[in-house]
Amino acid sequence: MRIGVFICHCGSNIAGTVDVAAVARAAAKFPDVAYATDTMYACSEPGQEGIVQAVQELQLDGVVVASCTPRMHEPTFRRTVERAGINRYFFEMANIREHVSWIGKNTERNTAKAIELVRMAVEKLRRNRPLIPKRFDVVKRVLIIGGGVAGIQAALDCADGGQEVVLVEREQSIGGKMAKLDKTFPTIDCSSCVLGPKMVDVGQHPKITLHTLAEIESVSGYVGNFQVTIRKKARFVDWSKCTGCGLCMEKCPSRKAPDPFNEGLCTAPSINIPFPQAIPKKAAINPDTCIMKQKGKCGLCAKICPVKCIDFDQQDELVTVDVGAIVVATGYDLFDWHKYPQYGQGRYPDVITSLQYERLLSASGPTGGHIKRPSDGKEPKTVVFIQCVGSRDRSVDRPYCSGFCCMYTAKQAILTKDHIPDSQSYVFYMDIRSPGKGYDEFTRRAMEEYGAQYVRGRVSMIYPKGDQLVVRGADTLAGTQVEVAADLVVLAVGAEAARGAVALGEKLRVVPDQYGFFVESHPKLKPVETNTAGVFLAGACQGPKDIPASVGQGSAAAAKVLALLSKDQLESDPQVSRVTPARCVGCGKCVQTCPFGAIKLVEDRFGNPKAEVVETVCQGCGICTVTCPQGAIQLEHFTDNQILAEVNALCPPRIRVNYAS
Amino acid sequence: MSKVAYYPGCSGQGTSLEYDRSTRAVCAAVGLELVDVPDWSCCGSSPAHTVNHVLSAALSARNLDLAHSLGLDVVATPCPSCLTNLRNAALEMEDEAFRDTVNALLDRPCAGRVDPQSVLQVLVEQVGVDEVARRVTRPLTGLRVACYYGCIMNRPPERMRFDDHENPMAMDRLMEAAGAEVAPFPLKVECCGASFGVPRGDIVARLSGKLLDAARGLGVDAVVTACPLCQMNLDLRQSQINAALREHFRIPVFYYTQLLGLALDVPRSELGLDRLCVDPRLALGKIKAPAPVR
Repeated sequence: MRIGVFICHCGSNIAGTVDVAAVARAAAKFPDVAYATDTMYACSEPGQEGIVQAVQELQLDGVVVASCTPRMHEPTFRRTVERAGINRYFFEMANIREHVSWIGKNTERNTAKAIELVRMAVEKLRRNRPLIPKRFDVVKRVLIIGGGVAGIQAALDCADGGQEVVLVEREQSIGGKMAKLDKTFPTIDCSSCVLGPKMVDVGQHPKITLHTLAEIESVSGYVGNFQVTIRKKARFVDWSKCTGCGLCMEKCPSRKAPDPFNEGLCTAPSINIPFPQAIPKKAAINPDTCIMKQKGKCGLCAKICPVKCIDFDQQDELVTVDVGAIVVATGYDLFDWHKYPQYGQGRYPDVITSLQYERLLSASGPTGGHIKRPSDGKEPKTVVFIQCVGSRDRSVDRPYCSGFCCMYTAKQAILTKDHIPDSQSYVFYMDIRSPGKGYDEFTRRAMEEYGAQYVRGRVSMIYPKGDQLVVRGADTLAGTQVEVAADLVVLAVGAEAARGAVALGEKLRVVPDQYGFFVESHPKLKPVETNTAGVFLAGACQGPKDIPASVGQGSAAAAKVLALLSKDQLESDPQVSRVTPARCVGCGKCVQTCPFGAIKLVEDRFGNPKAEVVETVCQGCGICTVTCPQGAIQLEHFTDNQILAEVNALCPPRIRVNYAS
Repeated sequence: MSKVAYYPGCSGQGTSLEYDRSTRAVCAAVGLELVDVPDWSCCGSSPAHTVNHVLSAALSARNLDLAHSLGLDVVATPCPSCLTNLRNAALEMEDEAFRDTVNALLDRPCAGRVDPQSVLQVLVEQVGVDEVARRVTRPLTGLRVACYYGCIMNRPPERMRFDDHENPMAMDRLMEAAGAEVAPFPLKVECCGASFGVPRGDIVARLSGKLLDAARGLGVDAVVTACPLCQMNLDLRQSQINAALREHFRIPVFYYTQLLGLALDVPRSELGLDRLCVDPRLALGKIKAPAPVR
């Protein structure tokens, strides 16, 4: 075997603390190494050309590149060696940047470590075998989870791109958080007026199948061939008949439960259409509050319904769809501010959240767009906004900035003045973060044109005095304590991961970060991809985002889906497990441990049980190979031989054993 | 019968004699045995800890060691100030280097560990609110009170590790168990200005005045405290506050143990109600006689 070794400088990233020339000189002496050199940027065009040339001129059979992490450039170099005419699995990478030069400053020791890592890569490469990927068909359909603005945008873009779309939404109607907003910053245009038409488009698009009141039950398969089971929850109304006339809502005698769409500011009947622009505009029964479901008598809605669509015996329904790609757009939830005892923990009715305030401002809200205090319905004259409630606060485990609260608070301060001209708003802030287009101008307008008093400092406590609330905080610019007697306090609550996000991530094999937001494949260059091929992210499920960013990401995810589904066939990764049938005793331990269900037991021609790997499902994790008591399963490209050779290269055995079988 | 070491603290010997006496009486009435720490000395509160942490910790460590010699693992004190100092010392002594410097000052090194707790915490956690309620024979029906904890009973939370530091409820629950009506007092953990008592009477008047004002706004008959300094500021200085703020507060300020004692039918002579400055008779008159049991 003839191996070429290329040691990358990576500018000063590696060459700064590793003597790359010395590493190359050492590598030249390793067994089977025919050529070793150092190169400025191995991944650059001249760098790659150098590799191709060397392979062709020196008739190399394999290439080792010692540079950065395989995550960054393993696919790049695999393409390079393939271009040079050798199988792409005759390439090995030694990570001497993240594992060496970035973590140590001692050149001598770094160089020694780099040499050892290169020796390991060479020893492994000597035992590599050519692997040929298989091709399989792609299902031309995409699943989008979450019907907020990001999911809606992704669904419309995919559908307009000619793909079939299945949109699954947990709530009764699509629209997400944006449907609850009154106006949007920085243009003060009506939220439902810009979102409404898009929602209608989703409802009417021939290529979009919409499942609301539905959740993902299970996901199996792999990129291009996912099988997804959707649980459509019982809504106790036959939606194929319901016309959305709303008669049942008017007559329903049970209307004591808080209305989730109005953030609990008012109550909703047990049979309900959440809001006038709902898509689909169909009624559903809440079984927790319905008198018929709870006590077995009532049934008024069934009597009054003109199309007889009420069905109290309806059951959950499971639907299975095959899709080629999945977009996750599950959005965010609001931070539960009851963790702040100093803000009353819900004891004072006139301390409300920003989203509740949006409902008070909205013409379709519980007060018809008139700002009224929850306690006594009076119009507040002094409104205090408190920012960073559940953002940038380590004490409640939310050290990150939620990003959009500065802007919506400014918007709400402006709208307050619009609604009540003789009102005065105070905004307690930490600092103003408004970097978007037109954003800084907008917050300035709130201060300068609308006279909102911005006070820099945190609020230490809120307590009632008479029918007012005393808001006590610090003005850190003036260096004094301030107290404001407020009629209404609005808490700008931060964003946190949507409830159930972690559980959904497990089903999709998408990793959540420590706060439950899904992790993208690369923070800069792959912002909508995940590490699971075929699963994409859009909107606030990846981190708090405002509407423009969510829409942008929805479109970006759709573009990725369209690119993926434009192919008729995909290549499977050949780095999968393989069973040696002669060794397998059919114990089935591998079947139990495989997290992907990729191994099944079959019978050989003598009727003996044997394990068999379903190649397209296998993710190459290798759990089965360490489980197998017989050593009958080997992970291609990471066989026991190859790993032992690496270990031996690092700590040579006293007695030399020939592993080159 | 549960048993804890008892550290009365200096104020229990002077300004808050009635707190100490009523605490002992109430604990006896609910079956909690208090064993006095023998030969106890000052805990190093107010003066020492502001000057020298090692000296202050040594004063506390001596008392902790004496408490430990009783073979009990909890030492209870009625005074939040003593509690803070004992607790700080106990926690800081977990650091070996600090413990050595402290022990160098002591005749006998402080060896064992003993957990300082407020009597309030012991009553709620070891005796239990239900048990107290079961023993109440003369409920305070008709009396409306505001419970005031002061700023150091529960803070800093990571040190005191008892109840909620912004909205504590222990005293509220005990008072409810005693049959009183408890108003939700929003300023229950605000500072009364205690440490400014001597140099800046104006600050005390402003801060304590705010508390009395809030209590009056709730329409309560009395304020209930668990801190000798808070009680002194609100009660003894109430006439000074009235003069400074041109107010007319007449709100009696009880120790929670005094009211609890009444409910538990402890003889009035042991509760020291006569030592209160603001006349409590009007408030006590609100208590309705219990309905005859048939």
